[in-house]
Amino acid sequence: MGVLIFLVLFIAASIPLSWSFRAGLARVLPRHMKSAARDMPLTAAFGIMVIAVYILVAIFAPLLAPFPERAVVGTQFQPWDSTHLLGTDRLGRDMLSRLIYGARNTVGIAFATTALAFLVGSLLGILAALRGGWLDQGLSRFVDALMAIPSLIFALLLLTIFGTSVLTLILVIAAVDATRVYRIARSVGEGIVVMDYIEAARLRGEGNWYLIRREILPNALAPLVAEFGLRFCFVFLTISSLSFLGLGIQPPTADWGSMVRDNATLITFGNVTPLLPAGAIALLTVAVNFVVDWQLYRASGLKEQVG
Amino acid sequence: MHAVLIMILQRLALGLLTLFVVSVVIFGATELLPGDLASTLLGQAATPETVAALRRQLGLDQPAPVRYWAWLTGVLQGDFGTSLATRRPIADMLAARLGNTIFLALYAAALAVPLALILGILAALWRNSLFDRVANAGALSAISFPEFFIAYILIYLLAQSGYFPSMVRLSPAMSLGDKLYASFLPALTLTLVVTAHMMRMTRAAIINLLASPYIEMARLKGVSPLRIVLRHALPNALAPIINVIAINLAYLITGVVVVEVVFVYPGLGQLMVDSVSKRDIAVVQAIALIFASAYVLLNLTADVLSTLTNPRLMRRK
Amino acid sequence: MTGEVLLEIRDLHIEGRAGDDWLPIIEGVDLTLRKGEVLGLIGESGAGKSTLGLAAMGFARDGCRISRGEIRFDGIDLRKAPETQKRRLRGQRIAYVAQSAAASFNPAHKLIDQYCEVPVLKGIARKTAAAEAVTLYRKMQLPAPEEIGFRYPHQVSGGQLQRAMTAMAMACHPDLIIFDEPTTALDVTTQIEVLAAIRDIVRDYDTAAIYITHDLAVVAQMADRIKILLRGCEVEEADTRSMLAAPRADYTKSLWAVRSFARPETPAPAGPPLLSVQGVTAGYGKADILHDVSFDIHPGRTLAVVGESGSGKSTVARVITGLLPPRAGAVLLEGQALPPDYRARTRDQLRQCQMIYQMADTALNPKLRLRELIGRPAQMYLGLQGRKLRERVRELLDLIELEPDSFIDRLPSELSGGQKQRIGIARALAAEPKLIICDEVTSALDQIVQEGILRLLDRLQRELGLAYMFITHDLATVRAIADDVVVMQHGRIVEQGPKPRVFAPPHEPYTELLLSSVPQMDPDWLTNLLKARA
Repeated sequence: MGVLIFLVLFIAASIPLSWSFRAGLARVLPRHMKSAARDMPLTAAFGIMVIAVYILVAIFAPLLAPFPERAVVGTQFQPWDSTHLLGTDRLGRDMLSRLIYGARNTVGIAFATTALAFLVGSLLGILAALRGGWLDQGLSRFVDALMAIPSLIFALLLLTIFGTSVLTLILVIAAVDATRVYRIARSVGEGIVVMDYIEAARLRGEGNWYLIRREILPNALAPLVAEFGLRFCFVFLTISSLSFLGLGIQPPTADWGSMVRDNATLITFGNVTPLLPAGAIALLTVAVNFVVDWQLYRASGLKEQVG
Repeated sequence: MHAVLIMILQRLALGLLTLFVVSVVIFGATELLPGDLASTLLGQAATPETVAALRRQLGLDQPAPVRYWAWLTGVLQGDFGTSLATRRPIADMLAARLGNTIFLALYAAALAVPLALILGILAALWRNSLFDRVANAGALSAISFPEFFIAYILIYLLAQSGYFPSMVRLSPAMSLGDKLYASFLPALTLTLVVTAHMMRMTRAAIINLLASPYIEMARLKGVSPLRIVLRHALPNALAPIINVIAINLAYLITGVVVVEVVFVYPGLGQLMVDSVSKRDIAVVQAIALIFASAYVLLNLTADVLSTLTNPRLMRRK
Repeated sequence: MTGEVLLEIRDLHIEGRAGDDWLPIIEGVDLTLRKGEVLGLIGESGAGKSTLGLAAMGFARDGCRISRGEIRFDGIDLRKAPETQKRRLRGQRIAYVAQSAAASFNPAHKLIDQYCEVPVLKGIARKTAAAEAVTLYRKMQLPAPEEIGFRYPHQVSGGQLQRAMTAMAMACHPDLIIFDEPTTALDVTTQIEVLAAIRDIVRDYDTAAIYITHDLAVVAQMADRIKILLRGCEVEEADTRSMLAAPRADYTKSLWAVRSFARPETPAPAGPPLLSVQGVTAGYGKADILHDVSFDIHPGRTLAVVGESGSGKSTVARVITGLLPPRAGAVLLEGQALPPDYRARTRDQLRQCQMIYQMADTALNPKLRLRELIGRPAQMYLGLQGRKLRERVRELLDLIELEPDSFIDRLPSELSGGQKQRIGIARALAAEPKLIICDEVTSALDQIVQEGILRLLDRLQRELGLAYMFITHDLATVRAIADDVVVMQHGRIVEQGPKPRVFAPPHEPYTELLLSSVPQMDPDWLTNLLKARA
């Protein structure tokens, strides 16, 4: 019951917050972005607000956290009190501090992984769409084969082989995810490559690099940015799940997935503390999804008006 | 009809080829292992003699294609080799767990598929209504939650107070009812996650369909809304809906891993996670192959079924 | 015209959603239609004619709303009538024929099942309805009327589908049919058959109709009265013959005037051709689309390549530009053979031959400003940089009659359709080519805008001595702008030569068919033509 009351309170509090955040944005932003800010739905405003808070917390983690990330500062499983606002964990480390540092570690690693996957996947995808022929066939069949294996299973297989360190984690997840990005970038690219302006540029004698840089990328950017949000959510959830399984980010690094795993026993005793890091994960993913949803809706709305 | 038959045979052949490639990838991954598997396994205990002995025992002195062939023929006869960690035959370890995992996946699917289709179709019909908005926001949130979050919330709400067990113990002697009761929470977790995905996709597919000119034509012919959905939209919606179901059942495969760990459910996923941490590559390979095959077969089935429901393909000019 | 009033629309206002705002689509239109009368609705894209047509059924598309006014059908107020009552009217007493029959038939059901749906709902036995369908299919001159109903939509051609849809609309002998551009997507030779069939059946059943189109000549054949719309408002309304004889409003006169543009005759070419296509056979995969095509383009002249869809006229352009290397034959530029693949051509060879596309929307990169769109060829081919480049872009904008200061930093989305096409022309000119290939450059534009583009192209040709290759299906355009004509059918050249010779009798049979199929402003044209052909 407590959870439900908390949820209702949380929603009740976030509505006026997002509303005033949106009003503030509409006032602060330069003119051409103003109307976009004013017209955005509350969910999107809420999403942007949450993302901004996470970024700030990640950047200023050492200033905000009352205790160091890895130091044992109390006895194990201390309840919530005035020194340790959220109590301590299995080893006696401060929960709140680890939660704050987790923003840096978990989100940072997920972001780096997504960025890497995007760099590789979208460049290859667009190149395949542009060049066609054997390059496209070869890459696409290879990706098809890799995608026939579910991503989490493939990641587990690769982690068995390469072991679990942060670097292998990033590389493995990025490699698995790059196949998905490749697919999307290729289909976005294909939609652009058939346009007459690409034909015109080819007939003008433009090289591949100009075509990608000036003709394709600017037009692929909007769908790719929305996709980046979705892929980020996916990567973030995958890494959290792996950490939760004990196969992702390794202790003593503070990380939300492993924090849930380490302290899960408390839940059966009716203590919600281990749910907090899981909630932190969920909240960020919800926020990103809200913003992406809004962007996709805007894109489709614009299409309707033109057509 | 003839052309379709050829098409389906082509799909089946392609599916078999994909399975073959998947098996090569899964087997080949081991070859990427930095250093030698035998010395990695022995760790500190590695002396030249013990390494050589283990290599011979694992067949590592054979060339890779020979080992692959031996592995594949073994798998096809139900022999997955022996576990590196426990030295037990892998097939024995898998047998009971495979059944448990299939039971859990089917359980979740039986709850999720009808629920998601009904919610998705209703949301599409009443789009932009309050129901649609609430369903959408709910689905979006459920998608955003990590499975273990949902699982622990359910434990907190339903297990803590003793309604349902938070740890699943299954034995062959249990009746179906007992089994359904014991594994209710993991099935519910999976259902919530999958329903959200499936509902959103169903809604998108139906809305996409309702925007087509022939639906407008039907409205202008004075056809009632119910009849539009049943007679004009549904026959064309089958293919997209089949695909949505296939994608999400495939999603269950990954979802199962985390959920099994949370609820200590004796299935393949839990075994896989255990084996990954023990770096028991032989077991991981076997389970990865099973999951991947299920995934390929699901997609193949969806592909064939949606071909069969497409009038353009079924009746050529 | 006397007779009982069937449909009456008073002071109708319809709005469409744009983001959070509602923009007017129809602003205060009145309309009266009597039983058995055919009203032609004319207007350019965005005039609101389809919206008005649907409103006559009491229907507004998603994202549109009827905000004010009155719609009365046979005494029933369609704005106030409950949905169930409107549903009973639709299909049974008011029917609709859509522009694209191919998209408007449900792909999952046979034609006859879709035909029978409304009669069965009305309570007619399915057997009776099916028998009537065959009668109607025969009246609509569909081939194999007994059998065609048992086909699926994708098994029937476009022109036949359009007739089957008209038959379906006729199923319950409605009092009113709305025809929404039913022949726009069809080739001219197919259009005739559909027009004739529609006209006869409407007359036979004494059905009232609203016929929506952008083509004056077509509406002249079909309608008793014509109403002209411009941006959601009525311009004028009159019966067909008096409107054709004496249009009152300026806008109506300008619609008529479009067809008057014609360039003076040019003397016969002298000297060697600029571009020579010699014995080209080309195609995709196994099938050949072009068979042994040969023709010349002379400097400073316009060659029009005419044909219906599937004639291979656009493929010719792909061969010339090097996008589709031919299987046999060659393309010569000033006597020198061009490499078949564009990737093997030199920059200068690429520069000589530029292209303007049909859809300016897809031909201009939406993310580049005009400065770069127009400047890039000049920069690439002529090496212009900095101030020189900027000045050249301004010069080109001047040349295409767009004010440089206000246009140079715009994005394509900030231009109208005609302006976009002008930018396409400027981009081609920036390369300083000798030949410009124009692929249906006016067919996506409204008539008045077409006129402006044709005049501009004509002026540029005289000033710069360009040669044009004009690919088009529209004979009016050919008459207006061509010096030489190539007529194509099924990938072969049927006839070619200077325009006066090709357009004067005696004709090849296909040229004859094509020329005679172009609708004329004369309201008796269709009647006379059908008489002559029979």
